[in-house]
Order: sequence, then structure tokens, then C-alpha cells
Amino acid sequence: MSAADSVPRNPDRDPGLQPERTRLAWRRTTLSGTVSAVLAVKTALHGGASVAGVVACALCCVLWLGFLGVAHRRIRTLSAPGSPAAFAPRHATAAVLCTVAMAVCGAGLVL
Amino acid sequence: MIEFVRNVRLWFAPAGVRQDGETPDYRFSLANERTFLAWLRTALALIGGGFAVDQFLPDLRWGWRVGLALALLAAGVLCSLRAVNHWVRCERAMRRGEDLPVSRFPALLSLVVAVVAVAMVLVVLVGWEG
Repeated sequence: MSAADSVPRNPDRDPGLQPERTRLAWRRTTLSGTVSAVLAVKTALHGGASVAGVVACALCCVLWLGFLGVAHRRIRTLSAPGSPAAFAPRHATAAVLCTVAMAVCGAGLVL
Repeated sequence: MIEFVRNVRLWFAPAGVRQDGETPDYRFSLANERTFLAWLRTALALIGGGFAVDQFLPDLRWGWRVGLALALLAAGVLCSLRAVNHWVRCERAMRRGEDLPVSRFPALLSLVVAVVAVAMVLVVLVGWEG
């Protein structure tokens, strides 16, 4: 480990890899969302496919896709070279609303 | 309460946050974003836990099962709403150069999780066949 190694080769690159870490955090979050969505679909289709069950299942899938859309846009922004743009509150709200709607959907299914 | 309403307005108005203060080092914003995502994962885990209680504990009495599932789902909703609210507050504090906001929420969530865990232990020990 010489002193030359600690100098980043690409001056655009943050030595703390902050954009990469944030990108991976988004990736982990989409994985958590996928697990929740799969469990929701299992709950919805448990004991035969009724009309309400299929509607709830479709709703959960749409919410999951919405969450994936927000995450995908953000991941693409973070993958671009240079310092990434700030995260917009609108997108944070969209991600949270997808999560909340999935929980409300789940409450309807459980009852 | 008025502060909360102003925060809710900021959730939907992306330009609102940029109006005051100056843009901090982007790495601080990214760290704030990762904290937000960690809270969102916690919320998703609570919601998934609610579904799991409903699906994988079929031997429980209806009341216990639905009550626990709804408690976990409600905790997930609270956690995700709090995630975006705290993110907005931290972002604004960083822009204004103020101290980061303190919060009682982690303690509250820990207590709720502990109560649910104790309830689960009691349910499994006492009410398994009931």
C-alpha cells in the first residue's frame, strides 16, 4: 500500500463510494419490497382465487411496480458519472405511499 | 402540529426544500437518503411480518392472529411515514446548517417491537392449541 494507491485514478469518483453505497441501499430496499409483495400475493390468493383476492393481488403488483419504478430511476441517476443530483422529496413520498398502500391493502386482506 | 403540516407540504413540493439555506455536500445528502432507505426497509419488514403472521400461524385463534398482523402492518405504515418526514427534516436542517433533529421514534418502535415479541412468546406458550 503506497501513497500513490490512495490517490483515486478517476477524479470524478468519490473515494468513499457514496453513490455506489446508496445505489446498493436502493437495491436492498427493492428486495425487501419484493419479499413483502410476494407475501401479500400469497395472502391474497390463499384459499382460492376470489374476485376481491385477485383485485388485491393486482393492486399489490401495481404498487410493487411503482416502487421498482422509483428505485430504477434513482439507481440510474446514481450510476451516472459525476456527483449525482439530490433525491427529490416527490420521489421519497411516492416510495413511501407505495409502502403505505401495500400495508393498507394487507390490512384489508387480513380482516 | 403546524410544523408537521408544513413538512407534509414539503413531501410533495420538491422545490420547497431547496428554497432555504444552501446545498450541502452531496455526500451528506446521500447519507441521509441511505438512512431513509434503511427506515423504509424496516417498514417493509414490519409489513412483511404482518403478512407472515397471517399466513404462517394458522393455528392461532382468529383474534390473536388478526390483531398481531394488524399491529405489525400499522407499525409499518407509521414507520414509513416517519421515514419520509424525518428525511425532509434532516435535509432542511442540513441546508440551514442547524443541528439534526432528534426523535423519540426509535425508542417508540423498539418498545412496540418488544411488546409484540413478548405477546408472541405468550401466544406460543399458552394459546398454541386454543
